[in-house]
Amino acid sequence: MIGFRFPSPPPSPAAEALRAEVRAFLAEALATRSPAARAESWSGFDRDFSRAIGAKGWLGMTWPKRYGGHERSAFERYVVIEEMLAAGAPVAAHWIADRQSGPTLLKFGTEEQKATILPRIAAGELVFCIGMSEPDSGSDLAATRTRATPVDGGWRVTGTKLWTTGAHHADYMILFCRTSGTTSDRQAGTSQLLVDLHATEGVTIRPIIDLAGQHHFNEVHFENAFLPAAALIGAEGGGWDQVMSELAFERSGPERFLSSMQLLLELIAVLREAPGDAARLALGRLTAHLVVLRRLSRGVAALLEAGENPAVHAAIVKDLGATFEQDLPEIARALVDAEPDRASTSDFVAVLAHTMLNAPSFSLRGGTREILRGIIARGLGVR
Amino acid sequence: MSEIATMLTDAIERLLEARLDDSAMHAARTGTWPSDLWRALEEQGVPLALVPEDAGGFGVDPREALDLIRLFGRHAVPLPLGETMLANAALARAGLPLADGPAALVPIDGAARIAWGRNCRTFVVETATGIARITDATLEHEAIDLAGLPRDAMRFHAPERAAPIPGKLIEHGALVRALQCAGALDRVLELTVAHVAERVQFGRPLSKFQAIQQELAKLAGEVVAASAAADLAADAFIADPADATFAIAVARVRIGEAVGRANGIAHQLHGAIGFTAEHRLHLFTTSLWTWRDEFGGAAHWATRLGDRALAAGKEGFWPMVTAA
Ligand SMILES: Cc1cc2nc3c(=O)[nH]c(=O)nc-3n(C[C@H](O)[C@H](O)[C@H](O)COP(=O)(O)OP(=O)(O)OC[C@H]3O[C@@H](n4cnc5c(N)ncnc54)[C@H](O)[C@@H]3O)c2cc1C
Repeated sequence: MIGFRFPSPPPSPAAEALRAEVRAFLAEALATRSPAARAESWSGFDRDFSRAIGAKGWLGMTWPKRYGGHERSAFERYVVIEEMLAAGAPVAAHWIADRQSGPTLLKFGTEEQKATILPRIAAGELVFCIGMSEPDSGSDLAATRTRATPVDGGWRVTGTKLWTTGAHHADYMILFCRTSGTTSDRQAGTSQLLVDLHATEGVTIRPIIDLAGQHHFNEVHFENAFLPAAALIGAEGGGWDQVMSELAFERSGPERFLSSMQLLLELIAVLREAPGDAARLALGRLTAHLVVLRRLSRGVAALLEAGENPAVHAAIVKDLGATFEQDLPEIARALVDAEPDRASTSDFVAVLAHTMLNAPSFSLRGGTREILRGIIARGLGVR
Repeated sequence: MSEIATMLTDAIERLLEARLDDSAMHAARTGTWPSDLWRALEEQGVPLALVPEDAGGFGVDPREALDLIRLFGRHAVPLPLGETMLANAALARAGLPLADGPAALVPIDGAARIAWGRNCRTFVVETATGIARITDATLEHEAIDLAGLPRDAMRFHAPERAAPIPGKLIEHGALVRALQCAGALDRVLELTVAHVAERVQFGRPLSKFQAIQQELAKLAGEVVAASAAADLAADAFIADPADATFAIAVARVRIGEAVGRANGIAHQLHGAIGFTAEHRLHLFTTSLWTWRDEFGGAAHWATRLGDRALAAGKEGFWPMVTAA
């Protein structure tokens, strides 16, 4: 068999018990959150909410207790994050730190980094951003030009990061850049550095407004900014491998197929008023896709829990998931006549408008469709 | 896998590779029942693989027994093996005698197109009150499926006593076809990857072209989704055959779509050679197009799922999804 068989998610009674607790918490915490606000999905930002989640013990869930974690299983963590996304909770203030930056530090960071940073992430106190993309380095991440030059006691960084989500809120960035060699060395000579955005001089953050008028991403310019030697994460020159292992976490989670979830819920609410055959067929199809995506994604969680690096599996989930998320507004508009309007008093119409405007990003952020398909093809042995 | 299941799977895989060559496949497509192959698989105990030990089976883990049906799909075995396995499991549950020879699953209103009906010796026929074991049947009309394999209309006589079983027979049959599709789709991917690596145009193997790689990745995604969908249905059926409707419906809807896309890509990447009777590809693609619509087609299963979604409503929808 050359197809990639995903493992069956093992039954986890602990996770199901937790689910009830999370649902009850969210029902209360989000009681007044409007559908349009919920539709922001993992872009909704609220530091207080993230602190509350941290206090519940729902951040850094799988990390060791000595770093503020809770030593729970990947499946328990999965339940928490999927429930948050399905409910449209404002998770952005902890999302990147909990999903990606924390695990990177845990795996590659120094003892000092782990001891000082991880407990604060687990408490919901720290916002992280990811400094990978640049003006001339998008899909081709190895083309990074931002350079950290070794100097006495640390590094001097010069370069520009682009599309940095949440940089304007962030306390820290994990910066991917060149620390030795030249651009023609490609992956070799790249490293990851921990940037304290409050303490570092020479960093300028400029907003970039997206097509929906939202301010989520930014341009972050480093001008001869000094970082202490202790900022290095992992090995000098090991940046590429570290980033690749991070991406399996970034690509397979429920956020890769639940971005349009609020639209699906509002669609069900509208169609229930006057159900016809077209509605039943379309909802049947969407349900089937969603259930299968969720199973695949939980299969990747099982692989991650087993200590594997399921990069190809993760790419498959993200590619199929983005297609589903992007199909949703198209299917919704085929079923219900509505002129999308974000200010509409109809929840369905407002959520449709929001989802339609944001949908193009679903197959770009976190690795484009074409790049993912290239990874899958390599997994098939043809590249 | 347990030792007994590994031995069984290996033995069957070897047997299929040895006996199921293209000439056997083509003979079946002219209506010749592959009797030697049937006997050999019967000797391996395949018809009893899902029967519990205390009812005459030999203790194969049900998950592994269902994986055999995938294997039959992978080889597009032209025999009603999955049906016979599920028929015997149902008979055992109902406390009826096991099937004698090849068996058919006949859901309510399902007598019109029975795989190899003319060769089946036992018919498990659903009635309003349960299932009946019928051995006396007349062939009413011969027809073939898209692969050229027999699909016969049968008339039944002398219904014996009916006994209740958990779940509906249409679901049992749908599960068989879902598993077969997952297996055959895996083979379609394998054939396609091999073909584009071999076929040279413009001085390079097709697989070196990015456009081809992107299509292969899409094909792999559909195959993976179908496989997970079949696993979902199998897990639910094993857990409780009376409560597997939702999972089976999900599997059937998703796999039906996967078949359409995967077959389309596979044929496109094979070029004209894949459109010939001589090439092996159609042995799998034509059966896939058949299987996905047997025991309830796309509209049947999607409507059922859609009704559940509507009944759950905005509040109940997500809990319904996580319960699957
Ligand atoms: C909403 C949003 C948030 C983001 N947040 C962050 C963030 O927080 N941090 C961060 O570092 N980055 C972030 N990104 C950037 C994201 O990672 C990049 O957009 C992505 O990697 C693609 O790079 P690019 O936009 O430069 O497109 P390009 O690389 O220029 O690609 C343009 C098109 O060409 C295709 N293409 C490129 N190369 C190939 C090839 N070899 N073969 C075939 N096709 C190819 C691409 O698939 C795409 O369709 C974000 C992006 C979005 C949209």
